[in-house]
Amino acid sequence: MLVAKPMSVDVSKIVRSHEGKRGKLISLLQDIQSRYNYLPREALEVVAEQTGIPLVDIYGVATFYRSFSLTPRGSHLVSVCLGTACHVRGGREVAEELERQLQIKPGQTTTDNEFTLETVNCLGACALGPIVVLDGRYFSKVSPARVKQIIKSARAGKEEHTADGHVFPVKVSCPRCNHSLMDFSHQIDGHSSVRMTMAFGGKHGWLRLSSLYGSFNLESEYDIPLDTVVNLFCPHCHAELISANVCPLCGAPMVPMLVIGGGMVQICARRGCKEHRLDLNGVNV
Amino acid sequence: MINLTINGLSVSVEEGTTILEAAQQLGFPIPTLCHMEGLTPYGACRLCVVEIGEGPRAKLVSSCTYPAQEGLKVRTASQRVLRARKMILQLMLASCPQSKTVQDLASKFGGIQGHPFRQEYEDCLLCGLCVRMCKEQMMSGAIGFRGRGKDRSIGTPFDIRSDICRTCGGCMYVCPACQLRCTYNEPEKAVCGGCQNLPPPCMEKFDDMSCYMDPCVACEICKE
Repeated sequence: MLVAKPMSVDVSKIVRSHEGKRGKLISLLQDIQSRYNYLPREALEVVAEQTGIPLVDIYGVATFYRSFSLTPRGSHLVSVCLGTACHVRGGREVAEELERQLQIKPGQTTTDNEFTLETVNCLGACALGPIVVLDGRYFSKVSPARVKQIIKSARAGKEEHTADGHVFPVKVSCPRCNHSLMDFSHQIDGHSSVRMTMAFGGKHGWLRLSSLYGSFNLESEYDIPLDTVVNLFCPHCHAELISANVCPLCGAPMVPMLVIGGGMVQICARRGCKEHRLDLNGVNV
Repeated sequence: MINLTINGLSVSVEEGTTILEAAQQLGFPIPTLCHMEGLTPYGACRLCVVEIGEGPRAKLVSSCTYPAQEGLKVRTASQRVLRARKMILQLMLASCPQSKTVQDLASKFGGIQGHPFRQEYEDCLLCGLCVRMCKEQMMSGAIGFRGRGKDRSIGTPFDIRSDICRTCGGCMYVCPACQLRCTYNEPEKAVCGGCQNLPPPCMEKFDDMSCYMDPCVACEICKE
């Protein structure tokens, strides 16, 4: 088989990178899944051969955990939360609407390989329920009527569905000194703003961001020209807010902030770039 | 040597002995299903529950996996044990009513008339005997557990015939429930060649042919 050879080479490389680690099987399978988007049968056979772990045991692990898939997944992964809180707020109806719109059952993939629908039992953001997660982006308080729009935004591409109105306020603090960045005296979008200091092109001044996650409104001492990458600093400890990650859309550094109550939000430092990520680490907000 | 008390009788056993083995030394009967000599203890069926400890700290443990400890006080047939055991048997009857092994265990226990659970007709108790037999005695490892929760099942990876299965029939030989599960009429999925290698189990049990292969696969054993 033509396909089998490059796969076995690739998989061997992944297996070798995990050599000698204890409890390596799960992280190994995770790497294979992130490479192929699912666990191909040939890959599992290669893993069995090279690690000496019986294929039945590998298969048992792969079928035990929900995050592993043995069938190819679509390019968009839609997860509907059916945990207790989301369930009582109508998560079931949202799931049914998604099934109708995509014409698939949970666990299945659409015939055009675009969408995979799955149900999850809790995402740890119960106050925002019912929750739908599309490719790692949280849509809160989803009603069956909004489902169509969510799917449409995913079809239209990344740009639009970040601009979708899934807005809710977050309170953030500096990841270095943990001082709150919230400025209660200055409101943007009707909520306390997030205050930081900024520097670009020899200018130095304050910057206030909207605390609504999903809103891009900001005010600043100096106008920032579009496409400028700004350096942002904590007004308390003066440390630069910069993470090791770069923006997947434009390559500028990401600015990390701690979400008070748990989690991390990251925004792109380039003016006009709308990339932002919220990672709640499974903590209630 | 470790000294422990079972139903008031003291016994001393070697270190590493399980409560089940110690009780068997004294002759106290403890029913078992997933336990088999030569296979590692697994503790899946819970039928061998016994009560250990005293007062509010007393608890139920599976005797096949619990190692004997110095000064341990064990009761193998207390009210609590019998209640638990009865429910375990009722649950087994609810999932695998056609299993001869389960029926025999229930009738030996006595006093079980029906059960309050939803009746199902599974062909597997998930006791893991076949998985351990395949791995530990046949040195093969062709079958194993898949999935979890209510979707847990036993079979080969990807549900296709395993390359390392030698169709020895060991899994079927130890199975307490699956006389109806033989898949020889679906050769693609077959994990055993039981009917090729062994006389049909019905001969041994009933001294009469009552072949479970339906439809007939023309094995011709019944013509011998």
